[in-house]
Amino acid sequence: MNVVVTILSLAITSSVALLLASLGEMVNQRAGIFNLGCEGIMSMGAFLGMLIPYSVGHGGATPGVYNVLGLLAATAMGALLGLFFGLIVVTFRAPQGIAGIGLQMFGAGAAGTLFRHFVGGTQSVPGITTPAIPILSKIPFLGQVFFSQNVLVYIAYLLVPAIWYILFKTPWGLEVRSVGTHPRAADSIGINVTKIRYQSLAVGGALAGLAGAYLSLCQAKMFSDSIVSGRGFIAVALVYFGHWQPVKIMWGALLFSLAQTFQTIIQSKGINFPYEFAVMLPYVLVIVVLAFDRESQRLGPTALGIPFNREIRT
Amino acid sequence: MTKQFRILYKTVILLLAVLATMALGAIILLAIGAPVMKTYGVIVFAPLKNIGLISEVLIRTIPLTIIALGIAVAYRSGIINIGAEGQMAMGILATTAVALAIPNLPKPILLPLALVAGITGGALWGAIPGVLKAKLQVSELLSTVMLNYIAEQFYTFCLRKPMLDPAEMTTGSGTPQSMRLTKNIWLTRFIPGTRLHTGIFIAIAFAIIIYFMLWKTASGYKMRAAGASQRSARYGGINVAKYLVIAMLFSGGFAGLAGAVEICGVHHRAIQGITSGYGFSGIVVALFGGLHPAGIIPAAFFFGLLLVGGNMTQNAVGVPANMVQVLQGVIILVIVATQMVLSNAYLMEKVWRKTHKEATS
Repeated sequence: MNVVVTILSLAITSSVALLLASLGEMVNQRAGIFNLGCEGIMSMGAFLGMLIPYSVGHGGATPGVYNVLGLLAATAMGALLGLFFGLIVVTFRAPQGIAGIGLQMFGAGAAGTLFRHFVGGTQSVPGITTPAIPILSKIPFLGQVFFSQNVLVYIAYLLVPAIWYILFKTPWGLEVRSVGTHPRAADSIGINVTKIRYQSLAVGGALAGLAGAYLSLCQAKMFSDSIVSGRGFIAVALVYFGHWQPVKIMWGALLFSLAQTFQTIIQSKGINFPYEFAVMLPYVLVIVVLAFDRESQRLGPTALGIPFNREIRT
Repeated sequence: MTKQFRILYKTVILLLAVLATMALGAIILLAIGAPVMKTYGVIVFAPLKNIGLISEVLIRTIPLTIIALGIAVAYRSGIINIGAEGQMAMGILATTAVALAIPNLPKPILLPLALVAGITGGALWGAIPGVLKAKLQVSELLSTVMLNYIAEQFYTFCLRKPMLDPAEMTTGSGTPQSMRLTKNIWLTRFIPGTRLHTGIFIAIAFAIIIYFMLWKTASGYKMRAAGASQRSARYGGINVAKYLVIAMLFSGGFAGLAGAVEICGVHHRAIQGITSGYGFSGIVVALFGGLHPAGIIPAAFFFGLLLVGGNMTQNAVGVPANMVQVLQGVIILVIVATQMVLSNAYLMEKVWRKTHKEATS
């Protein structure tokens, strides 16, 4: 019983970064942009998220303010990097897959460089801790699993319906989806494809940046070069897994976090099983799902990955 | 449109690309308060100061060339292989396994065997995303990344358990590494006082082989056709799925060979961290070299320079070595954007009309 509580509560905690990044990536892909640079944006987010409370926050006013500033800075930087990616793949119409790799290296490299200069070595930060919800957290089992989490956990999970609403119930969401499905048709009725794609990249990047800051401020409470360790790539895969639907992506994020949690449990309990194989599990799961979920290859936005040029007939 | 204008136009764009690269890198350098031009100077020129440093550059040029050749083959066949790091790790494991299993064979037999083992290890690991893409339409971008992480874990496991140095087990600190491998797989170091090894000739030989394979054989043509346009290739009777897998076998094989050469030439044992960064750097080298063997060799030298120079910036100007990764990322972004500008005939026409009008009026 105790183990089950630990596993579930840990899985929810570690699902947040995946969920946020994946929701952002979904917005990108719904607009037709495949952003493999998510991983790099997360690195920058993770770095900025911890830098501000670490360097500015010492000896200042309440640490809470600087934590919030860290989150905001990470989100803003994410949006900025998303726009920068837009310059390359929307304005210059470069192939998105390879450009994403460039962005990933740029982000990870920049985070590593700045970290070594401004922080130096491993430094932990107090991070964001929030008290458990009164009364509700006292409920046996449910209380510990669901109501003793970080405030960002609730925000991330509230974003699932919020993003669903924005994408499927607002005019902007309709424009995003039209731009990702049939940009020429969207263009013909006066939707500015370039503008919408830039906007969705800013939103997606902001969420990836926030996801990174969650890792450094709430989960690890420190920054290291390997803090993201492929979560950005898994987030991209989760979008396929979740068939470009926020709720399905949420289940996906939970499932993959559960797989990751098993590895932590195996390591901490000292079970005699080569932990490397447990670490592999989520990555293997991604490949298996991508290979055998035929729907995930059929349901994607039809213009995904295709640059739009209104001057060229297709 | 005159020919001079075309040349001028392209030169200006390439110059702008170089400037853009340096400017984007400068943002990070300025953020940490480093002298921009001096840092670039250290990265590019400091490693050329003496023969020892140049040999270190060449040592990095070898695996970069080999990996980039493989990535170019895949890229030309329509697959972006970001899994070179994992394929390299698998190559290292296969080479090490051979050297550990039959260490007493004479060098002329064992060394080629070890290299072939490396190629096979990498090729089989590379074939997985190839088959997944050809048969199940799985994006190679995602599958190769995931396979990198899986290979990394498997590599650590092998070094920690089955291949662990017996000496480490009894007396050492338990560092995950294999024992020192037999001298019968060592590549000769031919310049005294340096680590430069004969792997450089292997790299050059394979560059020539790849050139002939891609441009002078039917299967090379078919691979390039499959990469240029899958639909047309299929219409032309090319079995695209088959050539995708073959391209990935090549690509993985090359990465595996790079790992084998690193083991036989430099490290002489399997340790952690050999592969780190080479997979992504290989992509930059392949793109920078125009996906052509004749371009890849100088490009690999240039990025070898960057890697060695990047390690010197910390002492010289206080810039962490991670800066090289920033530059590599920027270079990829600038290259793909520049290619689109250069191939945009409309834009060139527009600029021609504008400049021409100004000239006459």
